[in-house]
Amino acid sequence: MSDAADSAAGAQSAEAAAGEPVETTKASAPPSSFLEVRDLHVHFPTQDGWVKSVDGLSFRLEKGKTLGIVGESGSGKSVTSLGIMGLHTVGQYGRQRPHLSGEIWLDGKELLGAEPDEVRKLRGREMSMIFQDPLSALHPYFTIGNQIVEAYRVHHSVTKKEARRRAVELLDRVGIPQPDKRVDSYPHEFSGGMRQRAMIAMSLVNNPELLIADEPTTALDVTVQAQILDLIRDLQKEFGSAVVIITHDLGVVAELSDDILVMYGGRCVEYGTAEKVFYEPQHPYTWGLLGSMPRIDRERTERLVPVKGSPPSLINVPSGCAFNPRCPYADVPKGGVTRTERPELRDLGGGHYSACHMSQEDRTRIWDEEIAPKL
Amino acid sequence: MSALTAAVLVATAACGGGGGSEDSEGKAAGYNAGVDKVANPSDKKGGTLKYVGVQDADSWDTTRMYYGFAFSFSRYYSRTLVSYTGAPGQKSIELKPDLAKETAKISDDGKTYTYTLKDDVTWEDGKEITSEDVKYGIQRQWAQKTLAGGPVYVRDVLDPDSKYKGPYEDKDGIDAIETPDKKTIVFKLPERNGDFEQMLAMPTNAPVREDKDTKSKYGLKPFSSGPYKFKNYTPNKGLTLVRNTEWKRGSDPLRKALPDQVKLTLLTNPDERDNRLLNGDADLDINQRGMEAQGRQKALSQNKENVDNPQTGFISYAVFPKSVKPFDDIHCRKAVIYGTDHKSVQTARGGPAAGGDIATNMLPPVVPGYDKGEDQYGQAKNGGKADIAKAKEELKKCGKPNGFKTTLAVRNTDKADMKSSEAIQASLKKIGVEVEIDAFDGAQGASIVGVPDTVKRKNYGIIIYGWGPDFPSGQGYGLPLWHSDYILDSGNNNYALIDDKKIDDGFAKAIAEEDPDKAADTYAEVNHEVMKGAYYMPLTYLKVVQWRSDRLTNVYSADAFSGWYDFVNIGVK
Amino acid sequence: MLTYLIRRLFAVAVMLVVIVLAVFCIFFLIPKWTGTDPALMFVGKQADKEAIEGVREKLGLADPVLLQLLEFFKGIFVGRDYTGGGDTIHCSAPCFGYSFRNEQEIWPVLTDRLPVTLSLALGAAVVWLIIGLAIGVLSALKRGSLWDRAAMTVALGGVSLPVYFTGLISLALFAYQLGWVNNAFTPLEENPAQWFSGMVLPWITLAFLFGAMYARLSRATMLEVMGEDYIRTARAKGLREPVVIGKHAMRSTMTPVLTLLGIDLGALMGGAILTETTFSIPGLGQAVLKAINERDLPLILGVTLITATAVVLANLIVDLLYGVIDPRVRLA
Repeated sequence: MSDAADSAAGAQSAEAAAGEPVETTKASAPPSSFLEVRDLHVHFPTQDGWVKSVDGLSFRLEKGKTLGIVGESGSGKSVTSLGIMGLHTVGQYGRQRPHLSGEIWLDGKELLGAEPDEVRKLRGREMSMIFQDPLSALHPYFTIGNQIVEAYRVHHSVTKKEARRRAVELLDRVGIPQPDKRVDSYPHEFSGGMRQRAMIAMSLVNNPELLIADEPTTALDVTVQAQILDLIRDLQKEFGSAVVIITHDLGVVAELSDDILVMYGGRCVEYGTAEKVFYEPQHPYTWGLLGSMPRIDRERTERLVPVKGSPPSLINVPSGCAFNPRCPYADVPKGGVTRTERPELRDLGGGHYSACHMSQEDRTRIWDEEIAPKL
Repeated sequence: MSALTAAVLVATAACGGGGGSEDSEGKAAGYNAGVDKVANPSDKKGGTLKYVGVQDADSWDTTRMYYGFAFSFSRYYSRTLVSYTGAPGQKSIELKPDLAKETAKISDDGKTYTYTLKDDVTWEDGKEITSEDVKYGIQRQWAQKTLAGGPVYVRDVLDPDSKYKGPYEDKDGIDAIETPDKKTIVFKLPERNGDFEQMLAMPTNAPVREDKDTKSKYGLKPFSSGPYKFKNYTPNKGLTLVRNTEWKRGSDPLRKALPDQVKLTLLTNPDERDNRLLNGDADLDINQRGMEAQGRQKALSQNKENVDNPQTGFISYAVFPKSVKPFDDIHCRKAVIYGTDHKSVQTARGGPAAGGDIATNMLPPVVPGYDKGEDQYGQAKNGGKADIAKAKEELKKCGKPNGFKTTLAVRNTDKADMKSSEAIQASLKKIGVEVEIDAFDGAQGASIVGVPDTVKRKNYGIIIYGWGPDFPSGQGYGLPLWHSDYILDSGNNNYALIDDKKIDDGFAKAIAEEDPDKAADTYAEVNHEVMKGAYYMPLTYLKVVQWRSDRLTNVYSADAFSGWYDFVNIGVK
Repeated sequence: MLTYLIRRLFAVAVMLVVIVLAVFCIFFLIPKWTGTDPALMFVGKQADKEAIEGVREKLGLADPVLLQLLEFFKGIFVGRDYTGGGDTIHCSAPCFGYSFRNEQEIWPVLTDRLPVTLSLALGAAVVWLIIGLAIGVLSALKRGSLWDRAAMTVALGGVSLPVYFTGLISLALFAYQLGWVNNAFTPLEENPAQWFSGMVLPWITLAFLFGAMYARLSRATMLEVMGEDYIRTARAKGLREPVVIGKHAMRSTMTPVLTLLGIDLGALMGGAILTETTFSIPGLGQAVLKAINERDLPLILGVTLITATAVVLANLIVDLLYGVIDPRVRLA
């Protein structure tokens, strides 16, 4: 059992107090964990109403550990990461400005209530981010070196020459051949994998303690994907950072993560160690994800089990279980629970949490008898 | 310009006061101080006289110029055998010797004109002006291939069959002009012409020295025989004249030549021109066509003492080409004259000050022979009102009791003409004559209304145009308009296609007459015949609202220059 | 890069030859086919038979078309003589024609007036770039705010209001009423201070017209750029917002702005006719307006060639600048 798993207890208690978007008291005590998110709500204004992209999310993460956040697109994974980085409100004024509430603690500092410039100073230095598509995430008009140097010098008062040396060093470390030459190349002159390596070099240039990788391999070839994941793992060991990996691909987190957080409709539906979530998943949505995961290590004998239907509207969130409309086991008797009642995260023991109305017995039976044999 | 802009400009102008005129020394001479009298008479020399304009001369080459203001301006740098008297109004028409010691000695048969040049007349390089130079200058008008543009009256009189090819193609010169010695010049006319000396006074006949003749480029820097010479000139931008130090004041009683320098700035925007005049940035409009509506209003309401409102030699008229039905019938022509509300046309042209008095006949007041009483159709007698009863009567006689349809051609370049055409259209509607207005490209007039075939094809029953004398005589004014010999296939000015023996004979008689008063009487008769034929409906005798800055001295309008100012005698305080 | 430049310059040369050919056709051949005497078009208003004959001789209109075309090109490279009626006019290279109306070689007129137009266009461009970009960028950053809506309304006004309206009002107010600036044009070589004072209103008036377009364009581009991933990356690095906007966003916003600028400046080389007329600035626009009014065809022809050349060159410069701004554009 990992430390991170323990943190889910905190998540549970915060979740229990959460309702509709509310201002939680900022006076609550700083946690002992390195990163702790408490009851995070991120709501975006649109013409049709507020989009509740993240609606009450809590988790903890310690240094040197990796948390995988998994879910379909629109489940709120990326919104959560940008929320931690404080990127939702930069440059947004007036009616466009999203509404954030809850608490985000990083190394003893609360970020949501902090001065925007304080958070800015942390960005890139204490916490940094790798984006999904390195081609669009790198500025096409500036050289790779220029962009890394810029990232370094914004937090360190060093000469351009020193910064450049640092950039070359990092490029070398992430495995770019002839880094002293490639440092002057433009992003379009790199291959996809190289670009992502450069992106990683840029995010590590300040030795951040928290690294958020948002779908770091989605835009890459399958062969390159593995290399990048290896790189992230090696670097984590070397730098000792806390890593949050955000992906829709369970395979990615399986390789890297200590803990896994499954998101659906802006909320956490299952949380646990990678082992538990993979081998004893307790939520029908996780089953669906596992079913749709291509496995290299096993001959696929039966058809994939995709998650049917489409993600729920985040504007008019239905009461009750958000997954209910897509749940193949919606008809399983829930023992007196009404349809409008929302399932809360429940501790299943061993740091394993799940939000489902079905009894644990039913779920274990369905997993053992119906799902696992097909995978 | 939009009405809104006009309103804003007027409003700002109203609170802005009189601009630059308030602080300059001394007030302007007063309203119409330069009409029939001299505004601010003075002999003070020096200073710079600043002209402004929106239209460059057609050419500054004396042989090629035809614009009225260029004729007046040319006296700064060119002299002729005889020239006009430096006096206001009618008196200016009298010819005085200029390069010549005295006016022509004319032989008894009236066909030989002899002049002797003054001894102290010089070119800008100090060499004396000889009779050869005068002959050469006059001969240049034969070289139309190279030097097109100017009037060719002397050529037509001396060489009616165009036998001479001009000095560039025939170095021997024309026999009709003799130079027995370097101070004597003799003209031999095939026929008498009472206006010959008037023709010689035109700048077309100024001397040009052969070694200084740059042919087609002469107009860029004419070689001076007058009190000023060209310092620089850029077409459409401006020019500067400075004193010609070789010019001898004693030889030239006709030119005061007061300023040390004469400057001309050419603009494109007439409103901007008026602003500069009103502001005191410039003294005088070289084009002399009058101010624009806004500037005019401002000048008349706030600086009336700077304004002259002289009668010009120009007339605006409507003409009825005989070739277009039903204007082949005199009664239909008369019906239109009676049926038009002349007052409304005058108003359309800008009222009495800007548009001028209602014209009652075709001779402008500056031309000798003009008779104010000549008003056969009662245009003035009725106060300018249409005579509907008479018009309907004439329509009946013409066989069109219910009226008819016709097309009116008007230059799109002349705002006043455009507005007149609308006024005519409106009044003729009341007698059942429906007028369709066709605005043609003004710059192409000679090849549109100047081509009788085109006029007939396009059914132009009425043409609105304007005219002024090339030199102040009935010949210089009326010949191209009314004489049957002047009906041309293209470039025609006899739009009415008048072919009347009485009129042709009248011209012959007047031209042969050497007594100007008798000639004038004959021209009056010719004019009466023209009006009797109802070929024309005169609209207005044009007046202009002319600005004269506070600084100017010796300003007067001269009939010799169609009522415009005599530039060469103007000085600055 | 060098081969690219040579290739492009060659293309420009070919383009210009095509333009010259087209212009030659329009002014010499088409009138001939339609039965109009080209000489009539060149002689100006004096449609006198002998004058037309003179011009016909000088232009060599009786010669075969090919010879005429050869003469026309010869004039551009080595100069030519117009001979006829006992007169010879020499037009030295580059001879872009001769105005029989004003008795002027065209090339000196163009070189005399082009710098004036250039100073008007460039000065105005500086003003409109600064103002247009500032307004556009601010509007984009404060999208939907009162400032944004007010600025875009003013910009709409700038696009819609004609130059002679804004020009005359500003003249009346600032030059005549308040006397802050000169109403008259003074050549730069005569008095630089007076020149500047006289150019301020024309610059601003012209800039008002164009600035509005640039404000709208830069606002739209800025809005698009601010949504790009690399802007998010820049922020994620911890860059201050002014750096994010000033360096990362502006660099991308400049690309379409430069394209438009190149096209606008090229087109303006034909003369800002309305502005030059309103303020009586002796540039190419004024010359061409006068030429049109007076049927001075050789001058119209000359200005046409200058404008076409300017547009083609402006496009080349913009393309070269692309290579500088955007490294993805390969100039090869």
